[in-house]
Amino acid sequence: MEDKTIRLSTPLDEDITASLTIGDRVLISGVIYTARDSAHKRFFELLDKGEELPIPLKGQIIYFVGPTPAKPGRAIGSAGPTTSGRMDAYTPRLLDLGLKATIGKGQRSDEVKEALIRNKAVYLMAVGGAAALIARSIKSSEVIAYPEFGAEAVRKMEVVDFPAIVVNDSKGGDLFVEGVTKYRKTS
Amino acid sequence: MKRSVTRQKDTMRTITTDEIIARVRETCIEAACNLGEDAKKAIIEARDREESPTGKEVLSQIADNFEIAETESVPMCQDTGLTIVFVELGREVHLDGSLEDAINEGVRRGYKDGYLRKSVCDPLTRVNTTDNTPAIIHTKIVEGDKLRMIIAPKGGGSENMSTLKMFKPSDGIEAIKDFVVNTVKIAGGNPCPPTVVGVGIGGSFEKSAIIAKHAVIRTLGSKNPDASVAAIEDELLARVNALGIGPMGLGGSTTAFAVHVETHPCHIASLPVAVNIQCHADRHKEVIL
Repeated sequence: MEDKTIRLSTPLDEDITASLTIGDRVLISGVIYTARDSAHKRFFELLDKGEELPIPLKGQIIYFVGPTPAKPGRAIGSAGPTTSGRMDAYTPRLLDLGLKATIGKGQRSDEVKEALIRNKAVYLMAVGGAAALIARSIKSSEVIAYPEFGAEAVRKMEVVDFPAIVVNDSKGGDLFVEGVTKYRKTS
Repeated sequence: MKRSVTRQKDTMRTITTDEIIARVRETCIEAACNLGEDAKKAIIEARDREESPTGKEVLSQIADNFEIAETESVPMCQDTGLTIVFVELGREVHLDGSLEDAINEGVRRGYKDGYLRKSVCDPLTRVNTTDNTPAIIHTKIVEGDKLRMIIAPKGGGSENMSTLKMFKPSDGIEAIKDFVVNTVKIAGGNPCPPTVVGVGIGGSFEKSAIIAKHAVIRTLGSKNPDASVAAIEDELLARVNALGIGPMGLGGSTTAFAVHVETHPCHIASLPVAVNIQCHADRHKEVIL
């Protein structure tokens, strides 16, 4: 696989997400939204009632993160990705509603991968545990929904050159499968 | 029968709960922000020998990250963990209050003052306790007049990929090895590899899990003193790294920094095996009072 670095700005155009390939390194700038387990559960309750979500979805990115509290004078605390698999039950429906990318860590389900192909969307991985490094690319953070969830509240973040890797693309590519197959030394 | 209790407080060494609170507080913050030398060395060595370019990039970010965390005194990972505390209390120590209350108060203050994430909630209602308590405390009474604590903040992503199985004694060591390797394989990129794999063989249901956790917090580079167990550690590490899972599961030569195995005698009918997985942020700090 050919590794290259691509700059992305939000909101994302479908032409752009459709062109991304596994192994591509991306640097994201613009606005992204955060949500984890509890927020996703709440989103689905709203959708089931036919109500508006507190975040826009069209062309947007959701980052699965629960940051540490910001120290005084800082925009955000440490803010690395959480395990995406816990959001697998929710992601396909959000992609069908216009979401173009999610950022997390760890592998996704077949249902998510199919929804990525169907919607020409991508799944991006940020390096788990690289939370202090990633925080440097987050310039502002504002809680816009569910403050009662604490670390799990929904945040609107402005990011500049947020580093991530394309791990599932819209052509069915899966870097977890391809990368591991390449370096496996057992039959 | 007449019971006789002699109180010999004057010959015992007193440790105050205030000292315990202060040390636990500062150690929680230090553990979250400053990675130990053993873990730093393991990351650097893995970065330098990684075959996969993507894996190398991931390990470079992880290495840069622990430097930034230490320089800026911020947590290396946003998951500052459930606080696990292994206590060895010398039998000649007199405490002026509750040990558990003191440890929890130290955790409460450390997580608040250190701007650490409060990641503890009720298991059913999922309502956060808001101060990262209660800590999980394992206490052992030992010889001497010291209080030793190992404080290990444990992240949820790696803990979630851990397993426990009650084997039949007839299953034998090969089945146990397959179980360990398969646990790592199924975990894939979820536990933030490269990991430390802690294996507890024997004891009872709960003892196997506790010794697996002991195995996880052992210093990287150490071997089980029993040569036959150390050989199992080496074999398992080679097999785990042959899986190709690599840094963050994207493929590569280092899936685990180490496999540590601890054993304990068990019931003649039983063979419990627990596998506890630790992410690359292998955080543990020792406190001696």
